[in-house]
Amino acid sequence: MNRILIVAEHDGSALNPSTAKCVSCARAIPESEITIAVCAVDASAVAAQAAALQGVRRVVKLDNPANAQALAAVLAPQLAALAAGYSHVLAPSTTFGKDLLPRIAGLLDISQISDIMAVESATRFRRPIYAGNAILTVEIAAGAQMAGTVRVASFVAAPTGGDASVEAGVVNVPLPVHTRFVSVSKAAGGRQDLQSATRVISGGRALGSAENFAKLYALADKIGAAVGASRAAVDAGYAPNELQVGQTGKIIAPEVYFAIGISGAIQHLTGIKDARTIVAINKDSEAPIFEVADIGLVGDLFQILPELEKLLAARS
Amino acid sequence: MKRILVGIKRVVDYSVRVRVKQDGTGVVTDGVKMSTNPFDEIALEEALRIKERGAADEVVAVGVGPIEIQQQLRSALAMGADRAVHVQADGVVEPAVVARVFLKLIETEQPFAVILGKQAIDDDNGQTGQILAALWDRPQATFASKIVLDGSKAVVAREVDAGLETLEVDLPAVFTTDLRLNEPRYVKLPDIVKAKKKPLAALDLQQLGIDGTPRLRSLRFEPPAQRNKGTRVKDVAELVALLKAKGLFQ
Repeated sequence: MNRILIVAEHDGSALNPSTAKCVSCARAIPESEITIAVCAVDASAVAAQAAALQGVRRVVKLDNPANAQALAAVLAPQLAALAAGYSHVLAPSTTFGKDLLPRIAGLLDISQISDIMAVESATRFRRPIYAGNAILTVEIAAGAQMAGTVRVASFVAAPTGGDASVEAGVVNVPLPVHTRFVSVSKAAGGRQDLQSATRVISGGRALGSAENFAKLYALADKIGAAVGASRAAVDAGYAPNELQVGQTGKIIAPEVYFAIGISGAIQHLTGIKDARTIVAINKDSEAPIFEVADIGLVGDLFQILPELEKLLAARS
Repeated sequence: MKRILVGIKRVVDYSVRVRVKQDGTGVVTDGVKMSTNPFDEIALEEALRIKERGAADEVVAVGVGPIEIQQQLRSALAMGADRAVHVQADGVVEPAVVARVFLKLIETEQPFAVILGKQAIDDDNGQTGQILAALWDRPQATFASKIVLDGSKAVVAREVDAGLETLEVDLPAVFTTDLRLNEPRYVKLPDIVKAKKKPLAALDLQQLGIDGTPRLRSLRFEPPAQRNKGTRVKDVAELVALLKAKGLFQ
């Protein structure tokens, strides 16, 4: 029996879709019994959503006023205490999980396998390294407790319809006060979430300015897409950091990905290679993005964008 | 002495297209350009700027790895680090081992800040800073895009999925760098000459009492699945028709 503890990601009221993807990863581990831990001020609402995921056995609520924000230094000691008796501790490979899980692994003195993309057995996993240019199969000793972040683009979300038990967890550990939340920027209202969107339109340096980049938002809104960006576009100040797609940004797997004026550095390509269909629009016919694109169009993006908007918006 | 420790890792240069060895035992590194992990250069640059603003007295670059990492430590000294510490370790060095090296050095160096890259671009683990913060029982401010020191605390902007998060942490603390924290300076030739005279201490894991045996076993390296060759279209109308044919748009 592999007892798996998944750390839920949420915003206080809604469970993040990344958690359902961790459940799918956990279900791929043979003979798994899955528990989801929810740390919040009042975890009831999120716990109910977690309990509805198929394959989950039980949900443990860790209610604490200190859990108002997801501070790794505060959550880690609680989750490390809760993790006793579990064989695997999983969290999504989002900035939430990337920040938190190694701290838990450090407290427990256990190994972490980062960015799990496939499960081969309870002790053997596949993960991308070198910006996805190599896939490593890695093994942990049988019987050793492990931590793992789950590459969310590699797993489909577990369906709802489950009916797990929900219970209140009790952990008695001192919590530090050396780390304090100040603020978080507000997400752009109403736009699709990049990591769960089925359509994504990304812009690169060739957009040339923040004003031109903004044209992508108009197109995205018309066809119900999320907006992404290359590192070059973010560095140039055309787009905010949270839109960055790639090795050090977000790894995504939409049904269709439009790369607009993106040359296609390997660091960017690693973030999109799980997209079902990649559409590249670039004036440089030699751009590396065309090597991975399913559909390529060479031309001036400033002429192409309005046409695309007209034709796609009419059809979508 | 107000001191900052910075981590330096030697990695395959970011511009190299990494290839997997035929026999699946690793990636090709023979004759491949090696460099400092880009996030570590950003960490060093941040430490140097803090020192230049008068908030630190000394910047110490620490590298854990084979003898060749001394090249990257010399580069760090040329960039402006005051001294370097090389901890000899061969083969795979897991994040927890590097964290334990820093924890050990912290005992004697007593830094007010440890600045590390958020990940290395070779193994992409992204763990060392957080493990160190756990073992040290100190705050962590990961994925930092802005660090403002304010007496005994620091205010840090972090690049998170939602956007930018701001934390306040008490010092000492561990910081890990994101891409937009700063743009590292170029090294000038006279500085490379001067760096040769700066102190570089050589230690090994055994001297620090640290067991470097990997706990994970790398079984097989494979190239990623290749995408099928795509099609070129001549205009937007053809593009949209193709998207429709694939069922991606109505």
